[in-house]
Amino acid sequence: MEKMDKPLTKNMMPDRAFATLADYESTGGYQGLHKAITQLQPKEVQQWVKDAGLRGRGGAGFNTGIKWSLVPLENAPPYDKTQTRYIVINADEMEPGSFKDRFLLEHDPHQLIEGIIIAAYAIQARTAYIFLRGEYHVAAARLTQALLEARAKGYLGEPILNSDFKLDIHLHTSAGRYICGEETALLNALEGKRATPRAKPPFAVVSGLWGRPTVVNNVETLCNVPHILHYGVEWYQSLGRGADKGTKLFGASGRVKHPGLWELPMGTPIREIIEDHAGRMQDGYQLRGFLPGGASTDFLLPEHLDVLMDFDAVAKVGSRMGTGTIIVLDDKTCPVQMVLNLEEFFAQESCGWCTPCRDGLPWTVTLLKDIINGQGRMEDLDTLTGLTRMLGPGNTFCALAPGAMEPLQSALKYFREDFERYIVGSKAVVEQT
Amino acid sequence: MKNQHKAPAFEGLTHLEIEEINAEMGHYENKTAVSIESLKIVQKHRGWVSDASLVAVARLLDMSPAQLEGVATFYNLIYRQPVGKTVILYCNSVSCWMLGAEKIRERLCQHLKVKLGEMSADGEYTILPIACLGACDHAPVLMVGDQLKLDVTDNVVNEILGR
Repeated sequence: MEKMDKPLTKNMMPDRAFATLADYESTGGYQGLHKAITQLQPKEVQQWVKDAGLRGRGGAGFNTGIKWSLVPLENAPPYDKTQTRYIVINADEMEPGSFKDRFLLEHDPHQLIEGIIIAAYAIQARTAYIFLRGEYHVAAARLTQALLEARAKGYLGEPILNSDFKLDIHLHTSAGRYICGEETALLNALEGKRATPRAKPPFAVVSGLWGRPTVVNNVETLCNVPHILHYGVEWYQSLGRGADKGTKLFGASGRVKHPGLWELPMGTPIREIIEDHAGRMQDGYQLRGFLPGGASTDFLLPEHLDVLMDFDAVAKVGSRMGTGTIIVLDDKTCPVQMVLNLEEFFAQESCGWCTPCRDGLPWTVTLLKDIINGQGRMEDLDTLTGLTRMLGPGNTFCALAPGAMEPLQSALKYFREDFERYIVGSKAVVEQT
Repeated sequence: MKNQHKAPAFEGLTHLEIEEINAEMGHYENKTAVSIESLKIVQKHRGWVSDASLVAVARLLDMSPAQLEGVATFYNLIYRQPVGKTVILYCNSVSCWMLGAEKIRERLCQHLKVKLGEMSADGEYTILPIACLGACDHAPVLMVGDQLKLDVTDNVVNEILGR
C-alpha cells in the first residue's frame, strides 16, 4: 500500500526502463481486475468508476463511468452475447505540448492493459483496439510484449480468471494525423478510411466502430481504473484537492528550469506546478503567460497562477485544463509568433472535411504572417476576432477549429499590444531567438 | 482467410507482404480496415509506396485504387514518393519551436544540402516536419528513423550526421 498518493506512477523507478509483469503484480497489479471479475457485475463496475468521479483525461473531462453506462447493456447476465461491443483506447497523443500518455505507455504498459480489461468487462466488449501513435515505437514494442505476457498469464484471451468473460486486445499503430485523436475520426481511421469526423448523434457509445456500441477512452483515464477497483472509491475521492478526484500527470515545458511531468492530486494549484515542480523560469526569463493544457487551450496570465488544475476551476477563468501539460510563454518569446506556430499546426492538421476549418485556418495563418511581416492593418485584428467566432463552437463538424481558436482569441485579449506593435510599424518586442 | 496465404502473389506484392497483410485482416470486421496497416507493411519493406504497390494493395483489399489513394494521401507517415534510407522527423510544434527547432532544421538542411522534404543526394536522408513528438520536456527533439533524440543541440546533429 506504499505510494498510495501516486497510484499512476508507483511502478516507475529511476533504475529500470519499465515495469514488467512481475514488477506490476508485486505492487498489487491485476488485483483490481480480480475483484471486478470475481466479485462485481459489469453495471457495478460502471457504478464504482462513476462514483469515484473519474473524468476523461484526454481533455474533455466527461465522467468515465457515465460514458460506460450509455452503452446498451442489460442489468443482468447473459448480457446479449450476440451483440458486438468495442472498447477503443485513444493513444494517439499529438496535442502540441502534451507528453503524458507516452510516459504511461512506455513505463507501465500493464497498468493500461489492466484498465482496458476492466473497462471491457464493464461494457461487455469482447474486442479492444489500442489506437497508438505511429511515432511511438518504444510504446509499441513494450505494449506488444506486455500483451503477450498478459495472455500467457490468463489475463487475456479466454476465459479470463476462470470467468466466462473473454477479451482480445489488438494494437493498431496509426499513420499519423492529429485529427485521429477526435473520437469519431479515430473510428474512421480504425476502419481504414480517411480520418474525418462523423456527425454526432449518433454517439459512439451507441453506434461507433462498424456501427457497434463503442467506448473510446484515453490512456491516462484507463490507467486510473485498476486503482479505483483495487483500493476503492473512497480512497480515490480522497486524492483530489479541489472538486475533481484522483491524481493526474501534470507537466510543464518551455523556458522553465526543470521541464517535466509529475503525478499530483487533481486540483493542484498551477503555481505549485510551475514554481515548486518545474523550478520557476530559467534565469533571465520572466513568466508572461501559459497554455494550461496543450495547444488548444486559452492563454492564462501570471495572475491566474493560484487557479487549481481542475476541469471546472480552469474553465471558470476562461481556459481549459485540457491534457494538463502546461506550455509556458516567457517574456522573450513573441506571443504573436507563438500563436502563428500554433495556427500553422492546426491549419496543416485540419482534415478538410468542413469549410470553416479548411478555409478559415489557412486564412488565420495568412493574416498572422502578414501582421508579423509588417503588412498588417488594424482591421485584420477585427477579421481575426471574427474568425474566432466563425470557427468557434457550433460552426464546425468537430472540436479541432474551436480548439485552434482558443489560443488566438485569448492572445488577442491578453497580448493585443504585441499585435498592434507589428501593425504600427515598429518591431516585435523581442526578436524570436 | 487462411487459404490466401497460399494464393499466388498479387502482381507487385511479395508473398511476405501478403502474408503480413493477411495476418492483420483477422483482427478486423472487414478488409478495408487493414488499408493503413497494408500501406505501412509495403512501406516497411520498400521504403515508400509506389503507384504499382498502391494498385496491388487496392486489388488485394477489394478497394478501388482511388479509394486507397485517398487514404494514403491523408496520413502524414505514408510516403508516396521515395525517401532516404533514414527519415529524420523534426518536431516543429510549439515547445520545440520555442527552444530552437528552426535552428536545428537549418543546420540539418545545410549539412545535407537539401530543403525540407527533399532526399539527400546520396539517398541516405530525407528531412520532414512532424507535429509534437510527445517529449516536450526534452525540447527540441528529433526522430531519426525509429529513434527519438532528446535535447537536441548542434552536437547531437553532428553526431547523427557524422556516423
